[in-house]
Amino acid sequence: MIVLEQKPLEEILNLLGDAESVLIVGCDGCAGIYQVGGQKQAETMKTLLEMGKKLRDNKALKVKPVTILRQCDLRVVSTSLRPLIGDYQKVLSLACGVGVQTIAQAFADKIVVPANDTKFIGMQDRELGNLYEYCRACGNCVLYETGGICPVARCAKSIKNGPCGGQTKGKCEVGNYTRDCAWVLIWKSLKERGMLDSYAKFRAPEDYSIKAQPGEIKSEVEG
Amino acid sequence: MAREAYSELMKMLNAKKFVFTGEIEPLKTTDPHEIIEVAKAHLGYAVACNVTDNPKSCAYMSSLVASYIIQKETGMEAVYQLCVRDRNRLALVSDVLGAATLGIKNILALSGDHTTFSDNPGAKPVYDLDSAQLVYMVKRMVNEGKDLMGLPIEKPPKLHIGMAGNPNADPLEPELMKIDRKVKLGADFMQTQVVFEMDRTKNFLNEMRRYDIPVIVGTFPCKSYGVADFFNKNIPGVSVPPDFMDKLKKASEIKDKVARANKYDEINVEFFANFIKELKKTTHASGCHIMAVGYERLVKPLVEAVEGRSA
Repeated sequence: MIVLEQKPLEEILNLLGDAESVLIVGCDGCAGIYQVGGQKQAETMKTLLEMGKKLRDNKALKVKPVTILRQCDLRVVSTSLRPLIGDYQKVLSLACGVGVQTIAQAFADKIVVPANDTKFIGMQDRELGNLYEYCRACGNCVLYETGGICPVARCAKSIKNGPCGGQTKGKCEVGNYTRDCAWVLIWKSLKERGMLDSYAKFRAPEDYSIKAQPGEIKSEVEG
Repeated sequence: MAREAYSELMKMLNAKKFVFTGEIEPLKTTDPHEIIEVAKAHLGYAVACNVTDNPKSCAYMSSLVASYIIQKETGMEAVYQLCVRDRNRLALVSDVLGAATLGIKNILALSGDHTTFSDNPGAKPVYDLDSAQLVYMVKRMVNEGKDLMGLPIEKPPKLHIGMAGNPNADPLEPELMKIDRKVKLGADFMQTQVVFEMDRTKNFLNEMRRYDIPVIVGTFPCKSYGVADFFNKNIPGVSVPPDFMDKLKKASEIKDKVARANKYDEINVEFFANFIKELKKTTHASGCHIMAVGYERLVKPLVEAVEGRSA
């Protein structure tokens, strides 16, 4: 899922500025699964904004919290928000950066404020309650030959022929040896799977030209 | 099989002479005086000196420029350290071509300490290539006269590319497999990370016997007890032998500054001369890299002690 972290309330209030009415838009996609962007969070945000506005400016704020299915779907955003959005000066999106942009694209006259920082594409470990970055969307997946562990996302240097000299006891020097060295994990994983040949292999330099422009996949259906 | 030798370092390695290499660290300055003096302190004792490339990710004088200056001003051959951290492949090709143009004959390919250790920690780390890919790139430039895209280079560079090896790596097996990749890519020589422990060094060198690559073992003379203590506590995987630490500790208690420095020198010469003699006698190590940064005065007495030259 796309992992988000809410901005400090003060920053959100500053971004909303002197707006007198705000539509809070949650998202039931990644942001809503448990973290910061579902209906419950939208309602909590309503209370916080009202209190914050009162404390800071001694003014009332007209706020409505809603949640839509997915803020990354242009049609869902357009049809869900069109009946409501006209009554509010600013929109506070509780989704990822894609959601903020999709609302901005759908409603050209509205100022859309992000409530969150979009952190990474990650895995959720419910037992520990932690989230870990697992994918950088590099556009050239090598996970088959790296034992299901991504060197791009999980190695601090994103190198393809690791480990570098900075690992000790399987820990990475970046962050003072608190995190696992991705290349030691890759080695262990490939060893367990009887695939060490894949570890030994030299990987040639990447072709970064594939990421030179914003990613775009066009529908093959004539429209 | 002996490699074609473009540098004095490689000529000595080909001739199976035990070599010494030194280390020079350009700092945040435009004054070359100090690096010239450090290079001079190595003349007659080291065949070449590594010139560090923004160590600990700190922004210092260009290692290429410093390499050129020490060669020009002192005649000391440079091992130009080149990190992939700060340059994409375009800049790397440019710097390798520039180095060869300036008469640099040795490059050490490194990934480089991560930017988070930097004096500018907000810097964007590059890592367009990794150090193995840099070895691949340079070998292609030298042997085939082509860049990574296969584009021809007019008058290709003639220089050697070295690699790093870490005898302290734990676990060691993935490190050995990484070394295997770089050796197969054609790395010309290896310089190891700092070692203090003979058993660990011998174990690593035994693993290296399967390769036809000269291995130069890294040592780090400790200018003071504080330096050794820092190493022991802060460089994971490296442990300074307790006997050596005890002697340094005792020396640190000497009040007189000159007497204390002399004692430190004596302890270091004794420890490292014995260490290097043992390497020469019992292993196939091709040489010793003496990282006496800020402690270049030790190079002369240490090499003299190893070689039995009269001081």
